[in-house]
Amino acid sequence: MGNKQTIFTDEQLDAYQDCTFFTRKEILRLHGRYHELAPHLVPMDYTNDPDVKLPLALIVNMPELKENPFRSRIVESFSEDGEGNLSFNDFVDMFSVLSETAPRELKAIYAFKIYDFNTDNFLCKEDLEKTLNKLTREELTPEEVVLVCEKSIEEADLDGDSKLSFADFENMITRAPDFISTFHIRI
Amino acid sequence: MDSVDSVFYSDRIGPSSNPLLDQLPSYQSLLYRRKPTASGSMKRRGSSRTRVGSSSSWKWKGEKVEERPKTTSLQRPVREQPKTIEEKRKDKELRIEQDRDLGSWKLWRQTTRRSLRRLKEDGLELLSTLQLWRGDIHVIEGMFGTGILSYFSFLRFLVLLNFVIFLLMFSFVMLPIIIAPRTLANTTFNIYDGSECSEYPSTSRRGLVVFHQYIADLLSGTGFLEETYLFYGYYKVDAIHFPKFTYKLPLAYLLVTIAYLFLSLIWIVKRSASGFKRNLVQDEDRFQSFCNKIFAGWDFCITNETAARLKRSSLLYELKTDLEEERIKQKIADRTRKEKCRIYFLRLVLNLFVVAVLAACFYSIYRATIYSQKSQMEPPANFILDLIYEYLPSIVITLANFITPLMFTLIIQFEDYSPAFEIRFTLMRCVFMRLASIGVLLFSLWSQITSCSGGSCPCGYNHELYPCWESRVGQEMYKLMIFDFIIIGAVTVFVEFPRKLIVTYCDCGLAKWLGQQEFAIPQNVLEIVYGQTICWIGTYYCPLLPAISTLKYFIVFYIKKMTLVKNCRPATRPFRASSSNFFFLVVLLIGLAMACVPVTVSIAQISCSQACGPFVNYTTSWEVVPQTVSQLPKGLRRFLFALASEAFAVSFFVITCLAMFYVIALAGAHKRVVDQLREQLAMEGKDKRFLIQKLCQAQRTPARSLGAQSHSDRGSQSQSGAQNYCSPEGVLLARPSVSATHV
Repeated sequence: MGNKQTIFTDEQLDAYQDCTFFTRKEILRLHGRYHELAPHLVPMDYTNDPDVKLPLALIVNMPELKENPFRSRIVESFSEDGEGNLSFNDFVDMFSVLSETAPRELKAIYAFKIYDFNTDNFLCKEDLEKTLNKLTREELTPEEVVLVCEKSIEEADLDGDSKLSFADFENMITRAPDFISTFHIRI
Repeated sequence: MDSVDSVFYSDRIGPSSNPLLDQLPSYQSLLYRRKPTASGSMKRRGSSRTRVGSSSSWKWKGEKVEERPKTTSLQRPVREQPKTIEEKRKDKELRIEQDRDLGSWKLWRQTTRRSLRRLKEDGLELLSTLQLWRGDIHVIEGMFGTGILSYFSFLRFLVLLNFVIFLLMFSFVMLPIIIAPRTLANTTFNIYDGSECSEYPSTSRRGLVVFHQYIADLLSGTGFLEETYLFYGYYKVDAIHFPKFTYKLPLAYLLVTIAYLFLSLIWIVKRSASGFKRNLVQDEDRFQSFCNKIFAGWDFCITNETAARLKRSSLLYELKTDLEEERIKQKIADRTRKEKCRIYFLRLVLNLFVVAVLAACFYSIYRATIYSQKSQMEPPANFILDLIYEYLPSIVITLANFITPLMFTLIIQFEDYSPAFEIRFTLMRCVFMRLASIGVLLFSLWSQITSCSGGSCPCGYNHELYPCWESRVGQEMYKLMIFDFIIIGAVTVFVEFPRKLIVTYCDCGLAKWLGQQEFAIPQNVLEIVYGQTICWIGTYYCPLLPAISTLKYFIVFYIKKMTLVKNCRPATRPFRASSSNFFFLVVLLIGLAMACVPVTVSIAQISCSQACGPFVNYTTSWEVVPQTVSQLPKGLRRFLFALASEAFAVSFFVITCLAMFYVIALAGAHKRVVDQLREQLAMEGKDKRFLIQKLCQAQRTPARSLGAQSHSDRGSQSQSGAQNYCSPEGVLLARPSVSATHV
């Protein structure tokens, strides 16, 4: 079955296998998933690298992402234009980083981007509050939210500027034992 | 502080508008996947490698951003870089081109490395499709999250472990006996010297046997089952003489016992190694708990709406509990002396009460065992009653293990600990209760076996009542295992299903009070660890027990999966995946440690029965080893004696202690360095902000510097200094400012 496929050339599949954490079979399967999101937009033949991008609204309705409170941010972080329009490369890249075999450091970089709502390279108090509200669907009282965010910044901030830079975040995430197992989507 | 930080605040959402900040290397470390902007960062992006932050786990350290790496062997794999796929492809092609410049040896090494890596990935993928229950566990993970997933993968691990132990036992003990008649080997059997110790009345049923007797025998291991490969007593072979060598069965039996205990230890430790490291790092009780919950709390694997809702509520619950714990900590710190005394006194009383409860349970197990043993000596009165007497110890143990956790959870509420500590302490008490009850059973059996009517036993054990005491112990273990399995099935069918029916269909107060069943992970884990401990102890007496255990856990997996899916909702008190794996393995290790004690005592201390089993010609089972060693060649014997001598043991102990002290000292030193570096980091951050603020102030005053240009001669030194500092990369210091006047 692998020899007869005409979706990708062999070089393309090789390149994908080297550039992501997926095997050839998985790449083909991902292409199937990408295609079924918008069958009329996505061509079956990718040998000449067509420039097709799917909008955010289609991707966040995938079953793997539907229940995730951060789904829009995840898709935005992997898109080239920051608006959430994913080409197939971005799509594969997204699931590759979120796969089981991606290393912690790579996941930490993207996790930082995802949680950084205002994209200013810092996780400030507002970013944390937005994260927390998305997680709990605003069922904590405002004082509790403020308290929790203050405590988090207190725990992780190393250079004392009351917001988290990437170095702070990475240092904190290396000591979060669940991170690798929770920051993982099975597809 | 605000005046310093005002530099960082921008009026609109978007990347910082200060070009100075954009050019700091730490900002460049995070590449956004944007189309190239006017700031010229594209050129940087194309040629630079990503900084990996402070993690030192990469071999490639200290790399400057502008340099190309000289040796390709130190590079990170392409796919671990946070770039788009097109960029990674370009990187890969670049590397391949670079490789062409290398010598043929390095080129060959690169290509072999790449193809080996690909081969390994394909191989791993194939292996993972062969993994047991992969599909089922995937479904469970999607519905219930990673906490419950860890329970099921733990169960899978135990199935494998038991299967491997069975293979070990089978291939070294049973297989030679089975194939010996078919080959040219000559088996010598044990010689019974005809003394009173070696009398072994047969227990097979004679005459007309009623059908239900077979069922009773099947359930209790007596009768027709007793003289099969199932129990120790059937192994009567002394040695098998193959053409080339002699295979001594007693030695094999003993060594396989030691081997399987060792194998289990190593396998468990290997599995727990990663969790152990992590748990050592988190030495405080609530280290970083808020951050962990916010950033690593949501399980991205959840695809089910109900599961998502429950995860949300469990996260909420966790956060509220943490806030509550903070409040309680504050309250504890504010306690007065009088209150402290009262609390400690209360705790002492309650702990004594717990000890009393435990003692009462152990005593009742002891009495039940003795009663059961005595009633087995008498002829059976009634089929059902007979079965009940046989299973009396198991029934008492199960009842005790059912009541005591309820009691412990009730008691701990009065002891006023923090919630996290409460959970752990109750769990520890339950673990102790479960595992110690097996120990008490064995102890009471042992006291029965070694107590004779006349005071001291001529054969070392009570040969009248227990001609083959190992088989008897094996039967008790067999009964425990069967009963455990029956209870698991019965609880599922008779307790959990009705509960689910009541809660779904009946709208009464009872339904509301009961609530839907939660899959309580700790209790379930204790159950299977208990079963595994029985298996470890019992394999020495009942060599086929691992096979039964494998089958039992195999079926239990499906039972638990069914009850999880149909009857349960996820626990509101979530069990974290990482710490739960570690917790399971720690409890399993405690079980293993507990299992080693009876096995060691019976191998080394208690005299083995003279009427049955492979060790008839020796006083204790351990004696096989010294005898074999004395028959080895002289050099090997000397070496083994040297290993067992005091000189070696003492020096080994001393060296181990030294190594331990060294490692502890090293850990302490590292910790101090970490604290120092942390302080330094905070100081550097402050320095950076101060300097940037100064620079930006200097930037903002171009007008004043016009007037100050007349002083340029005088201030030329400081001018050029300031200019040199700010000139690289086009900082907007258009005119040299005389910073001296603006301090």
